[in-house]
Amino acid sequence: METTILFAPLVGAIIAGFGWRMIGETAAQWLTTGLLFLAAILSWVVFLGHDGTTQHIEILRWIQSGALDTSWGIRLDRLTAIMLIVITTVSALVHLYSMGYMAHDDNFEGANYKARFFAYLSFFTFAMLMLVTSDNLVQMFFGWEGVGVASYLLIGFYYKKPSANAAAIKAFVVNRVGDFGFALGIFGLFFLTDSINFDVIFAEAPHLAETQLHFLWTDWNAANLLAFLLFVGAMGKSAQLFLHTWLPDAMEGPTPVSALIHAATMVTAGVFLVCRMSPLYEFAPEAKQFIVFIGASTAFFAATVGLVQNDIKRVIAYSTCSQLGYMFVAAGVGVYSVAMFHLLTHAFFKAMLFLGAGSVIHGMHHEQDMRNYGGLRKKLPLTFWAMLIGTLAITGVGIPLTTIGFAGFLSKDAIIESAYAGGTAYAFWLLVVAAAMTSFYSWRLMFLTFWGTPRGDKHTHDHAHESPAVMTAPLGVLAIGAIFSGMVFYGPFFGDHDQVNKFFGITHEETVADAGHGEDAAADDHAAATATEEGDHAAPAADGHAVAAPGQGAIYMAADNHVMDDAHHAPKWVKVSPFVAMILGFALSWIMYIWRPEWPAKLAEQQRPLYNFLLNKWYFDELYDAIFVKPAKALGRILWKVGDGKIIDGAINGLAMGIVPFFTRLAGRAQSGYVFTYAFAMVLGIVAILTWVVLTGGAN
Amino acid sequence: MISADIQTVLPEIVLAVYAMLALIGAVYTTKDKAAPFLTWATAGLFVVLAGWIGMNGSGVTVAFDGAFVDDAFSRFAKVTILLSAAAVLVMGQDYMARRGLLRFEYPILIALAAVGMMVMVSAGDLMALYMGLELQSLSLYVVASLRRDSVKSTEAGLKYFVLGALSSGLLLYGASLTYGFAGTTLFSGIIEAASHEPSLGLLFGLVFLISGFAFKVSAAPFHMWTPDVYEGSPTPVTAFFATAPKVAAMGLFARVVWDAFGGVSGEWQQIVAFLSVVSMFLGAVAAIGQTNIKRLMAYSSIAHMGFALMGLAAGSVLGVQAMLIYMAIYVTMNIGTFAFILSMEKDGRPVTDIAALNQYSKREPLKALAMLVLMFSLAGVPPMVGFFGKLYVLRAAVDAGMAWLAVAGVIASVIGAFYYLRIVFYMYFGSDGDGVDTRMSPVGWTMLMGSALIMVVGVVNLFGIEPLAAAAAGSLVN
Repeated sequence: METTILFAPLVGAIIAGFGWRMIGETAAQWLTTGLLFLAAILSWVVFLGHDGTTQHIEILRWIQSGALDTSWGIRLDRLTAIMLIVITTVSALVHLYSMGYMAHDDNFEGANYKARFFAYLSFFTFAMLMLVTSDNLVQMFFGWEGVGVASYLLIGFYYKKPSANAAAIKAFVVNRVGDFGFALGIFGLFFLTDSINFDVIFAEAPHLAETQLHFLWTDWNAANLLAFLLFVGAMGKSAQLFLHTWLPDAMEGPTPVSALIHAATMVTAGVFLVCRMSPLYEFAPEAKQFIVFIGASTAFFAATVGLVQNDIKRVIAYSTCSQLGYMFVAAGVGVYSVAMFHLLTHAFFKAMLFLGAGSVIHGMHHEQDMRNYGGLRKKLPLTFWAMLIGTLAITGVGIPLTTIGFAGFLSKDAIIESAYAGGTAYAFWLLVVAAAMTSFYSWRLMFLTFWGTPRGDKHTHDHAHESPAVMTAPLGVLAIGAIFSGMVFYGPFFGDHDQVNKFFGITHEETVADAGHGEDAAADDHAAATATEEGDHAAPAADGHAVAAPGQGAIYMAADNHVMDDAHHAPKWVKVSPFVAMILGFALSWIMYIWRPEWPAKLAEQQRPLYNFLLNKWYFDELYDAIFVKPAKALGRILWKVGDGKIIDGAINGLAMGIVPFFTRLAGRAQSGYVFTYAFAMVLGIVAILTWVVLTGGAN
Repeated sequence: MISADIQTVLPEIVLAVYAMLALIGAVYTTKDKAAPFLTWATAGLFVVLAGWIGMNGSGVTVAFDGAFVDDAFSRFAKVTILLSAAAVLVMGQDYMARRGLLRFEYPILIALAAVGMMVMVSAGDLMALYMGLELQSLSLYVVASLRRDSVKSTEAGLKYFVLGALSSGLLLYGASLTYGFAGTTLFSGIIEAASHEPSLGLLFGLVFLISGFAFKVSAAPFHMWTPDVYEGSPTPVTAFFATAPKVAAMGLFARVVWDAFGGVSGEWQQIVAFLSVVSMFLGAVAAIGQTNIKRLMAYSSIAHMGFALMGLAAGSVLGVQAMLIYMAIYVTMNIGTFAFILSMEKDGRPVTDIAALNQYSKREPLKALAMLVLMFSLAGVPPMVGFFGKLYVLRAAVDAGMAWLAVAGVIASVIGAFYYLRIVFYMYFGSDGDGVDTRMSPVGWTMLMGSALIMVVGVVNLFGIEPLAAAAAGSLVN
């Protein structure tokens, strides 16, 4: 069944990509979509039927070379199961949605493009599944690069638009930076553990914490360094601060792509990576602090930029960037389950927001500037309701101090509480402020689009229309997820310890002690194990806190990791703070865009520098252009013009067009046609050889 | 005793007797009308003799007190010589007939040249060597000027003769020096005299002998006759010059330096390496300036001889084996290429300008493809067989610790690739020109396609010549 899930999209991609001429474009669309729905249904079966224990399914022997011995396999545990449903569900819905969205495209007048699009989508899904089901780092890297390729192809899908090509290249290049770190991390892990298989690496994690690694003229703690390097990869893929610049530009791709790849699935791969490597991160405290710092900064930074963007997709893109920051904070403080919880809920409501935005764009004839929207509530009623639910979910509407609310309410509040419990005031306050800004820009989007009076081109507004059923139906399905997924899954992801442990298949202490892990473990590890063993015997249900060996469950939380409990016992004001922030953001948004619509322009005028600073995304692109792109281009120009053009080509051309022809002419002139010349040459030859013989060997 | 000697040289005697009988018979009967028959008969006899020598011979047989040696090396060379001579003979018949050149003397002279070549590669004595060499040379001087009414042809024959006489003189001088210092003309005696601390006189003799051989294989700087003679001679004769005599001269070269001077290989290796480098570079560089395809092929053969000499310069069994394989491949490539050159004409007149091949692929895609394969093979582009020939000699040079020679060879082959590829360029991407007709006899067509096919298919196992060449080399170097 797992194999079917994995390969159904690949089969679809191959048939649609290479065989659509035989089966036709329509058939290719239905085939890929059908296969994805099949995969989605099977994924739900797997997810609901999964008991939390880790299973290994070997597909084929893959690499056997020296110490490197690994198979191509599926690691099925709770993390994989969660990712399976997220990926296949969203992908299936996006496939369906795309049938409507891609039905007409001005960029490809008269050309066949649909089969290609669906093949790319299915290929992406396959690569993403490869990533999440992998049992070792190299297979994961394969999937990681596969989604990178798919992302590149889909961002640049409108290859006739220069901006789309530029965005595709940017995404690829920026991801290379991250991937370099990821690859180094893999190399380092293989170097130290002699294996790339997760089980081996996880078991070695405690030792890594005591190993010093010499790298770049300095001795580093191996666990921290490797965890950091892996996180650099995650930063690239998940568009975290400093490597985030590609994500907003990636909106050049068709909107379903943005929903699937750049909101729900691929960009969360970094979060998945950190959660997957949790046994390593638990032994890398400094790396975790760095993750918290980057995550919180990204959440704040992206939210500020999102406040002033006018392109509807860019607003949501920055929102995605910001929400990914939240997830990393959760992972960084050590509550991986909460990171996965937000990943799950976010996938639903963010995909829905994107698809809703796509529906608006579709209805408005590819107009993307929100300043040209307004009053679309009546024209696009279904889309409006879907977007409203999405907005309620992302802003975190719910009843404080209970577990009743939209998806985002439960998962985001859980992160903020964890950030408080994790002990970093910086992260906590940044996230709360970001929550207020999230509320503000989300409602700004809603008010500008659906309320007020129509602005912009009158003709476009007159012809605005609701999207067909294939596009609104996925919105309905995602709406269910956006409303209920938080409430349904709160317990297993962020409930009490027993529930979470059971859900993620984390085994209890006794099995660990039996496994004889204490022999070679570190002293403090040993002490901790003993301590919890006593605690386990004394009061098994006192706080439900149990410790497993690294790699026993889907995620691993070290013995001294009490963040989840502390988060549950956070003060009331902490638990209410995100709600208050949400209300404030909403109120401000209502004031500025409904009650006093002229205020935003005035404010922008008064605070012109600040406004420009935000509008230009903190000048990151300009900065990178000056620091990296320009020097790189200059260097490339030197190597090209001087190194390649003058030196290499010059040498070759000089040789081929100057020196060799010179000798050719010389040889031609020697060939005079006169017999005496020829005879003279022969005599000269003999004289030369004789002289040589006399001077060298023959003299004795 | 004498009957055993006769037994050993029977193939040569058969061929010689055949040539004399055919000469007398044709003179007293139909003269030139017998030429087509004689051509085929001679070629047929070549093939039969090649089969005879290839199948029957085994081991080493010495005749006439060591003056004549029949061993695996001589058999390998003889089979190559006879088969290539047969191929060239039948291939040129159509050309000769249409130009009124099909005289009955031509096949007979070729047969006599073949006798000379067979004696050359079997020589075990300086006398036998010289007799074989002169028999071959005199026949070739005549066929070079076969077209008596053409200034170029007679000029070619005369130049060849004058320079050939000079080289003959040098060779004889070397032979007499060698005899003077060794006291014998037998190779087996010379090798004893030259085993350790050879006298300077003996080395001088060696140098003069080598210069004579270098002239025959047209190695620089004794190559000057080659372009003029190749250009002036009728094309079938040029094709013949480029194939069988080269093998014979190279075989003689190897025979003398190993059988007579094998003990002082260090002395001649230097000289041969020098000849090799100069030939490779001169062949490569000078050919670039040529637009006449026959002159171009002359320089091409100079460069190829440089590569073959590289195998000899290695001074090892592997080197001789590489040289033999190289020569076999070289001959095969040249037969195909000359089959095409023979067919190049315009309005009934032969064309030799390579610019005439412009856009040739549009008119004759199959022939153009065959030529492409042959040119790539001549240039040494993998995966054609020509590449493997070069690979063998380069490996031999590297194994013998002469990496500098191998590097020089690679550079020369890169330079030389230019003019081969230029022909391909003209055929496929050239501007529109007058064009050229290439009407081919079935024989010529078969030779061209067969040769090209061998260049492609041969990569599998080189048609099994590798062990044969190894055995031949083993019999020479011991």
